[in-house]
Amino acid sequence: MADLLFIIAGSIAILAGLLGLIRFVIGPTLPDRVVAFDVLTIISISVISLIAHLAGRVIYLDAAIVYGLLSFLGVIVVARYVERGL
Amino acid sequence: MNTLHIIGGAVSILGALFLLLASIGLIRMPDVYNRMQAGTKATTFGTIMFLAGIGIASPGWIPKLIVLVVFIVLTNPISSHILARAAHFAGVPLADRSVTDKLAEHRQKAGDK
Amino acid sequence: MSFFLVLTVVLCAVMLGSAGMALYHKNLAATVIAAGLVSLVASIIYLILAAPDVAMTEAAIGSGLSTVMFFYVLKRVRGGENG
Repeated sequence: MADLLFIIAGSIAILAGLLGLIRFVIGPTLPDRVVAFDVLTIISISVISLIAHLAGRVIYLDAAIVYGLLSFLGVIVVARYVERGL
Repeated sequence: MNTLHIIGGAVSILGALFLLLASIGLIRMPDVYNRMQAGTKATTFGTIMFLAGIGIASPGWIPKLIVLVVFIVLTNPISSHILARAAHFAGVPLADRSVTDKLAEHRQKAGDK
Repeated sequence: MSFFLVLTVVLCAVMLGSAGMALYHKNLAATVIAAGLVSLVASIIYLILAAPDVAMTEAAIGSGLSTVMFFYVLKRVRGGENG
């Protein structure tokens, strides 16, 4: 019963991820896709924390921290590419 | 114990609804900059609420969750700002409905001098 | 834990779709980001399969380092073929 609310929250987050994936597929320009990728990364940080809670292992949160770091790095690199390249 | 689980689950559902709102805004907004606004602010708040719910449900994890939240709060606006600036410099057009573009005016003024 | 089963099926579908996008899309930069999305989703699947160290390595190498290197190369070869 207690985990049911968390499972509902995870389902809503997965639905949000699928909606963000639509923008990732149809996005007309490159910054659209990068924004969608950023949103998907943040949603997956939430989903990873939820998996850590449901599995009861705190070590999974380290992967979420790595995710946050790498999302920042990727967006910076693509922004440099967009600004200098296109 | 069980009460904490229920309260944490409710807070997490609230955060997940904010994430869903961010994705709906990501689909419905007219141009890149509006999408960036919807996709950054709502997801930052939604993730903070989600992690707060997990922290309420299992209080032993709060230090690591605080590290995660601080990291998200620090990096997410910076990356959004850099991406918006890069998109504007690359010439991605604004929507037809937008009424002002201060950065273009500023760059034009700086180019005249 | 049937929630994990449903989550794994959905994530595998997303991974297949984005891998197809990485193969068949016209824009080269979009394909690079789609390839990053593949390893992002693969990392969550590794995490569900109870391998957090593999998930961390996949996120660091697949979604971070290879995207950076692909964009570096794309910046160097631009104007060559069709980018």
